[in-house]
Amino acid sequence: MQPLTLSKVAVRCGILALILFVVVVIALKFGAVPVSLYGLAKDLIGVLIGRSSEISSEYGMIVREIRLPRIAMGIFVGASLSVAGTSFQALLRNPLADPYVLGVSYGASVGSILALIIEPHIALRPEVATVFTPLGGFLGAILTITVVFLLGRYRGEIDNRTLLLSGVIAGMFLSAIIALLITMLPSSSTRGMTVWLMGDLSTPMSPILGWVLRTGFFAGFALIYLTASDLNLLLAGEKEAMHLGVDVRKVRFVVYLAASALTGLAVSVSGSIGYVGLLVPHMMRLIFGTDYRMLLPAAAFGGAIAVVIADTAARTIAAPSELPVGAVTAIVGAPLFIYLLRRRLA
Amino acid sequence: MSAARGAVLDRDAQDGSRMNADARLSVEQVSYAYSPNPSQAPIFTLEATSFQAKPGEIVAVLGPNASGKSTVLKLIAGALQPLSGRILFNGMETHLMEPRLRAKRMAMVQQESQLLFPARVWEFVLQGRHPHGKSLRFENEQDVAIAKNALLQVGADHLTDRWMDQISGGEKQRVILARALAQQPGLLLLDEPTLHLDIGAQVDFLHTLKKLTLANKYVVVIVTHELNLAGEYADQIVLMQKGKCLRVGTPANVYQRDLLEQVFQTQLTVESRVNGRPRVSVLEKSE
Repeated sequence: MQPLTLSKVAVRCGILALILFVVVVIALKFGAVPVSLYGLAKDLIGVLIGRSSEISSEYGMIVREIRLPRIAMGIFVGASLSVAGTSFQALLRNPLADPYVLGVSYGASVGSILALIIEPHIALRPEVATVFTPLGGFLGAILTITVVFLLGRYRGEIDNRTLLLSGVIAGMFLSAIIALLITMLPSSSTRGMTVWLMGDLSTPMSPILGWVLRTGFFAGFALIYLTASDLNLLLAGEKEAMHLGVDVRKVRFVVYLAASALTGLAVSVSGSIGYVGLLVPHMMRLIFGTDYRMLLPAAAFGGAIAVVIADTAARTIAAPSELPVGAVTAIVGAPLFIYLLRRRLA
Repeated sequence: MSAARGAVLDRDAQDGSRMNADARLSVEQVSYAYSPNPSQAPIFTLEATSFQAKPGEIVAVLGPNASGKSTVLKLIAGALQPLSGRILFNGMETHLMEPRLRAKRMAMVQQESQLLFPARVWEFVLQGRHPHGKSLRFENEQDVAIAKNALLQVGADHLTDRWMDQISGGEKQRVILARALAQQPGLLLLDEPTLHLDIGAQVDFLHTLKKLTLANKYVVVIVTHELNLAGEYADQIVLMQKGKCLRVGTPANVYQRDLLEQVFQTQLTVESRVNGRPRVSVLEKSE
């Protein structure tokens, strides 16, 4: 009998952070301009431990201004989607739940696009305008998960197959709405249909939006992580969790809200990148087990690593042209989803 | 640090002893009505039901299907709010207790729960420590010791490292009981705990339960329709039929032939055994 301890979680997270660092260095190297891997790692460590703010000037501009922000965006988008998926899986008691499969990502896309359409018509202060799109994404996400949840019930109980089907149908419906709304977007908007439907990290975001994404992630993650041991019991069913002292309504409310916020935030900057919230938690469960106190941080790191790798692949596979990152995650994710679904039904 | 932990231990210990000292369950004129739609007439009503139980006592709520016995259990567990009357445990109304406090005072043993992901037996039993933990609730040595002791008490310590989905029904029921014991409750609620067990495992389980009830001074409420097992192990019987509480008393008092025949809609005989416990035999139906 060896229960999970905080130090065990910390050590494993340290290892995952190290892997993430290595992946980031490698991702920084890839691209049109060649960069030395050794010099890059040395410079980055220097920056991280605060000894210098210098990245060698030959490639410093490209690395700092172009590749690093994009990778940072990938890290937080991946971590957000993965943590959101892990949370939905506990709330819905369904290991196949994921913001993309449930249509929640498309809902967030619709919300974000609507915000982009409305924004020029109402006078907003610049600070408010920055968070207006993520806010739209959040509202779109929470609305979609509510509707899918209600449609997925059969005789008052959540039915797994009905739920997944409702999510897929909602996704189809919402992607049609997205196609419709795109035509109404102001021409200044740089993101097209591909971004919203497939997910893409190539559009740089403003520093303030970057800050909102980071802060939002840490706040959402902290809220969800505080309920980690409650989520462990919710997996056994709501009645059982109640008898073991879980305030089911409160936990459900907090986690739905936080997971929807994470989805909305991620989607509002990158569009709907699929399957991250499904595959990463699944792999992390195989490695670390199902205890949410370990699984949630592992899913965050894993999601970051997965999206950075996928985006690096998207940038380099067909260089000099780029694939949307969502195409890469879908090519890997969809077959694996089918495999998991069939294994569960068997 | 260790001094602080010691203080916590002391308080927990005092808590436990105080709780068991005056832990009395009192169900007072409780009624309930269930309707799927508030505007419609209720499809099930529970009429005023009263009984009391003191530490070390097993109460069996007995009745055929749809008699309201599970509703009584849910009301005691605080999962439902009574329409009228009240249920007191330890002087507090159960449905008003804050969830974590309630889980420290009472534990529920349900029919096998379905697990979404595989879990080890020890992980499952440690879940019982959840209401006692703080914030993130990483279990400490004390929790581990309590969980180990709970497994030992139900005679399932040899299963500690097994997977929950690879043990037999009887073993699983013992593990579920162990998790309830790990909650260190004063009140144990059991919903048809022997439903899926063979007769040997049923007797084993109830024997263990009886022993633990006397040793740890639990108040036990058990819902069942096993007439003979209830008659053998319960100190009090609450006989239910169609939402009515027909009689409360010792097995010998409640097990009257005509009463049981009317409730269970079958012909039967009741004989008294040497130990004073009644024995019920169902007769063949005469065509």
